[in-house]
Amino acid sequence: MTALLQVRNLVVEFPNRRGTLRALDDISFDIAPGEILGVVGESGAGKSLTGAAIIGLLEPPGRIASGQILLQGERIDQLNADQMRHIRGKRIGAIFQDPLTSLNPLYTVGRQLTETILAHLPMTPAQARERAIELLQDTGIPAAAQRIDHYPHQFSGGMRQRVVIALALAAEPQLIVADEPTTALDVSIQAQIIGLLRRVCKDRGAAVMLITHDMGVIAETCDRVAVMYAGRLAEIGPVHEVIQRPAHPYTQGLMASIPDMDTQRERLAQIDGSMPRLNAIPTGCAFNPRCPQAVARCREERPELMRAGQTRAACWLHAAQGVSA
Amino acid sequence: MSTASTPLVQVQDLARSFDVSAPWLQRTLARQPRQLLKAVDGVSFEIERGKTLALVGESGCGKSTVARLLVGLYPPSRGSVRFDGMDAHATYAGPEGLKLRQRIQMIFQDPYASLNPRWTVEAIVGEPLLEHGLIPDRAARRERVSELLRSVGLSAQDLGKYPHQFSGGQRQRISIARALATAPEFLVCDEPTSALDVSVQAQVLNIMKDLQRERGLTYLFISHNLAVVRHVSDQVGVMYLGRLVELADTETLFANPRHPYTRMLLDAIPKMRDSGRARTPVQGEVPNPLNPPSGCTFHPRCPQATDRCRQERPELRPFMGIRVACHAV
Repeated sequence: MTALLQVRNLVVEFPNRRGTLRALDDISFDIAPGEILGVVGESGAGKSLTGAAIIGLLEPPGRIASGQILLQGERIDQLNADQMRHIRGKRIGAIFQDPLTSLNPLYTVGRQLTETILAHLPMTPAQARERAIELLQDTGIPAAAQRIDHYPHQFSGGMRQRVVIALALAAEPQLIVADEPTTALDVSIQAQIIGLLRRVCKDRGAAVMLITHDMGVIAETCDRVAVMYAGRLAEIGPVHEVIQRPAHPYTQGLMASIPDMDTQRERLAQIDGSMPRLNAIPTGCAFNPRCPQAVARCREERPELMRAGQTRAACWLHAAQGVSA
Repeated sequence: MSTASTPLVQVQDLARSFDVSAPWLQRTLARQPRQLLKAVDGVSFEIERGKTLALVGESGCGKSTVARLLVGLYPPSRGSVRFDGMDAHATYAGPEGLKLRQRIQMIFQDPYASLNPRWTVEAIVGEPLLEHGLIPDRAARRERVSELLRSVGLSAQDLGKYPHQFSGGQRQRISIARALATAPEFLVCDEPTSALDVSVQAQVLNIMKDLQRERGLTYLFISHNLAVVRHVSDQVGVMYLGRLVELADTETLFANPRHPYTRMLLDAIPKMRDSGRARTPVQGEVPNPLNPPSGCTFHPRCPQATDRCRQERPELRPFMGIRVACHAV
C-alpha cells in the first residue's frame, strides 16, 4: 500500500513575544488512496491546524518548524505560495465548516464553479459549465441546470454545503481535507451530507481527511481514526477498534463521556480537569495529570505511538508490547 | 384542577409571532402585505416539580422562542404560561414581577457571550443577589458567591478572576452558579452544552443532574442533541415549525417513537456502535417558516403523507399515554 499523503514528524510552532508555542508536536500519519481518515479531538487539540498545514493555509506567524508533508511521495511543505496554489484545488480540495463564508456571496454558484474548473482543467467555458452542472447533479441538487445561476443566499444551509462539496470536487482532487463539514448543519441534513461525502469520495477514489469533534460522524464515515490531544496524536487505528476497544486512557475517557442512545447511565463518565494550554503542557505524556492510570514514567518520558492491539497508542501502558512504530 | 399535584409549569396554547415585514415605505410602494413569522404556534405542555422536560427540534423550530417566552424575555402573542398557579406574564408586568424572576432563571448557550468580560466572577455571580436586594452586605455576598462557586465545582479562589481566564466548561459553570444565585425553583436551559466539547459536556451535565437531585430543581432543557436529551430528561417534546408534534415520557419516546418526524430524527443520529448499518436517508429540508406547507407542516417530507395530511392540520391528541399530532397514528 503506497500512501497518498504522508505526514512525517510534523511540528507547527507559533513564535510570540514570550517564546514559542508548539501547537503541533511530532504528528505522523498516512492516508491511502480512497481512504477516509477521521481526525477527532477537543477544541484546541490541533485538528484544524493539521488540516491547515496540509493545504498550506497556516496563518502567520504559525509555521512548519520541522517534519515533512508528502503528497504522492513529493514534498509539499516547502513549496512557495504560487506553487501551493496550483496544488490546492487541483490535487487537494478543501471543505470548511461554514458554507456561507466559504462561498462568495456576490457571484453565482455557477461562476464560482466554472472559475475553479477553468483554473485547473484545460476546458472551454462551455465545457466547464457542463461539468459544473454535472457536479451539482452529483451532489444532489435538484434542477441543477437552473440552480447553477443562483446566488449562495438563494440556497439553504444543506444545499450550500452541497455546493461547497461540488466546488471541492471540481478539479478531481486526489485528497479532500474536510474541516467540520457538518457541524453547522441540523442532524437530518448532517446525515444527508455525510452520506454524500462518503459516496462521492468512494466513487472517485479520492482520499479524505475528515476533521470533526463528533464521534458519531466518525463512526459512520471513516475507515481509520486519529485521536488528537494537546497537539499530539494520542491514538490512531481502524475506526471500529478505536471505538470498541480504545487503548489510550484519553480515548477511553472520551468514549465514555459521550451520551449513548443505546445504554442508559445515571451519570456520564467524565475526565476531570481540562486540556492544558499550549504554554503549560506537562512534561512526559501531555495527558498524565488527568490520567487515572498514570505512573512515574508518564510524568518524565514522552511516549511514542506504540502498538496496542489493533491500534497504535502513545501510552506507556502498552510499552510491554514493545514495538515502537 | 388545583389538586396537590398541580404541575409547577403549565403552558397553554402558547404562541408568538414576529413581524418581519419590509419597512413601511417599501411595503407600501411594492404593495406587499405585512408578513408575520409564527415562531411558536399553539404549544401546550406541563412540567412537574423536580422533573425535566426537554424540547428538541432542528434550527428554526421555535424551541428557543419557547424558552424566552417562559422567562418573560418576550410577551406571548397568544396563550398563557402559569407558574405555580399564577399567570407568569401578568405577574412579570405587575409588582410581584421581581419576586417571580427570582424563582425562574435561565442558562444560555454560549458561555463566551453570556458573561461580561469586564466583570470579575464575584461581580457576575453576585449581581442577581444585589439586583434583587437579597444580600446587600458585601462580605456576606462574597461568602454566598463562594458557596455558589463551590456547588458547581469551582473554588473561592476564582472570585477575583475574569471570564477569559476560564475554559468553556468552567464558564458555563459560572453561568450555572449565577442562575442559582437567587435560589430559583425553575431553570430554563437553552442549549447549555452545545458549545462545549463532549468530555466537558459530561462534566456540566453531571453537575446539572446533581443540583437537580440536591435542590429539587425543575428544568426546561432545550437541545438539538437527542442523545443528551435522553440522558437528562424525564419527558421530551419534539417541535417542528413552531408546533409540538409529539410529547412523551423519555423512555416511551425513544423506545417507540410515533410521529414520523420523531422517527426521522432518531434515525438521523449517527450511531457509535454497529456502524455500517444502512440508515434510511432523510429526505428534504425544513421548509420556509414564512410560508409553511398547508395541513400538517411535515407532509412534504413525510413518507406516510396522505391527502388528508395536505389539507387538515392534525391536533396534538392523547394516544396510548403520549400525545402526538399525526393523522396516521
